[in-house]
Amino acid sequence: MRPFESIVEEFGARVFRVCRAVVGPVDAEDAWSETFLAALAAYPRLAADADVSAWLVTIAHRKSIDILRTKSRAAIPIGDIPERPSTFGNPDAGRGELWGRVAALPERQRLAVAYHYLGGLPHAQTAELIGGSVESVRRAASDGVAALRNFYVPELDRRTS
Amino acid sequence: MTTAMETLENVDSAQLERLHRLLEDSAARDGLLDAAYRTLDTPIGNLLIAATDRGVVRVAFASEGHDAVLDALATRLGSRILRMTSTGGVGGELDAAARELDEYFAGHRTAFDLPLDLSLSTGFRRTVLGHLREIAYGSTESYAQVAEAAGSPRAVRAVGSACATNPLPVIVPCHRVLRSDGSLGGYLGGLEAKRALLALEAAA
Repeated sequence: MRPFESIVEEFGARVFRVCRAVVGPVDAEDAWSETFLAALAAYPRLAADADVSAWLVTIAHRKSIDILRTKSRAAIPIGDIPERPSTFGNPDAGRGELWGRVAALPERQRLAVAYHYLGGLPHAQTAELIGGSVESVRRAASDGVAALRNFYVPELDRRTS
Repeated sequence: MTTAMETLENVDSAQLERLHRLLEDSAARDGLLDAAYRTLDTPIGNLLIAATDRGVVRVAFASEGHDAVLDALATRLGSRILRMTSTGGVGGELDAAARELDEYFAGHRTAFDLPLDLSLSTGFRRTVLGHLREIAYGSTESYAQVAEAAGSPRAVRAVGSACATNPLPVIVPCHRVLRSDGSLGGYLGGLEAKRALLALEAAA
C-alpha cells in the first residue's frame, strides 16, 4: 500500500472542501482532522483495490454528521453567546454570506452538493450514504447547485488556490 | 467576482499545512504511525530520513528515488507513514538526526548519538552493520577486514552486499569500507558521494 502521506497529499484539499460544505468553515478543521485520523487508523485494513477517494468521503460524511448532531444537541438556549475568533482568517462579508446560504440549504441538498460536486462521488454512492433513490439525490444536488448559482463572492483572496 | 461554487472549491494551502501538522501531532500521540520521515539538504544531495518509534530506520539518497524508498518502507514497516513538517514536536527524533547530520557534514561531529532501528537488516548483513559502526571516523577498512571482524573471513562478497544494502548510510559508515587495494569499491549513493564523505573525514 502507498504510504499514507501520499493519501493526505492527494486528497487533503478535497476532504476539506467536503467537510467545509457540510459543517461550515468554523468546524471544518475539526471534521478534517477527525476524518484523517480515523482514516489513518483504518488504513492498513483498506482493500488494496479500494476507491480511496470514496472511502475518505464516506468517513468525512460520518465525522461531519457527528459534528452537526453534537452541535444541534448542544444548541440549547444559553443566554449570552460567547464570541470566538474566526478560524477562517478574515472572511469578507460576501464569503460569510455564502457560508450562511450553504448552511441554509436543506440538508440533503447540501450533502448531495458536497459529496458529488466537491467529493467527486457518483450519485449512486451518495445515495448509499444519505439514503433515498439515486434520482432523488441527483435532483437534490442539482437543486442545491441551482440555489447557489446566482450568488457571487467579491474579491476572493488571491493567495489561495 | 467569484461564483459560489468556485468559493466552495477554494482551499487555502496554508490552512492545509496547519491541518497536516495537527494530524502529525495527533497520529504520534495516538501511536498510529509505523514510520515518519523528513528530508535534509546536504553536500551529497537531498537525504530522506525515516524513523520508527525505536529510532532512525532509513537514510536514503536522492538517487534511490525517495518515493520508491517510501513505498518500500510502507511494505516493510507498514503503510501508516507521514511526513513530519513540524519541528520540536513529534518530529523530535527526526530533527535530532537532521541536526547531527548537519553537524557531521559541517565537520563538527565525528560520531552519531542516535537511537537506531536496524530492523530493515537481518542475519549476516545486520552483523556487518554492527561492525561498521565500530570503524572510527576518518579511518577505513577493507571488505576482507570487515568480513574477518564479522566472523566470516571468506564472506567478502557478502560484506559487499551488506554495505550495498545498508539502510542507514552515512550514520552507519559503510563509506569507510574500501577494496583491499585501496580503491573505492561501490556505494549506493554513487562513488562521488563516497569520495566526498571520505574527503570530509580526512580533512577534519
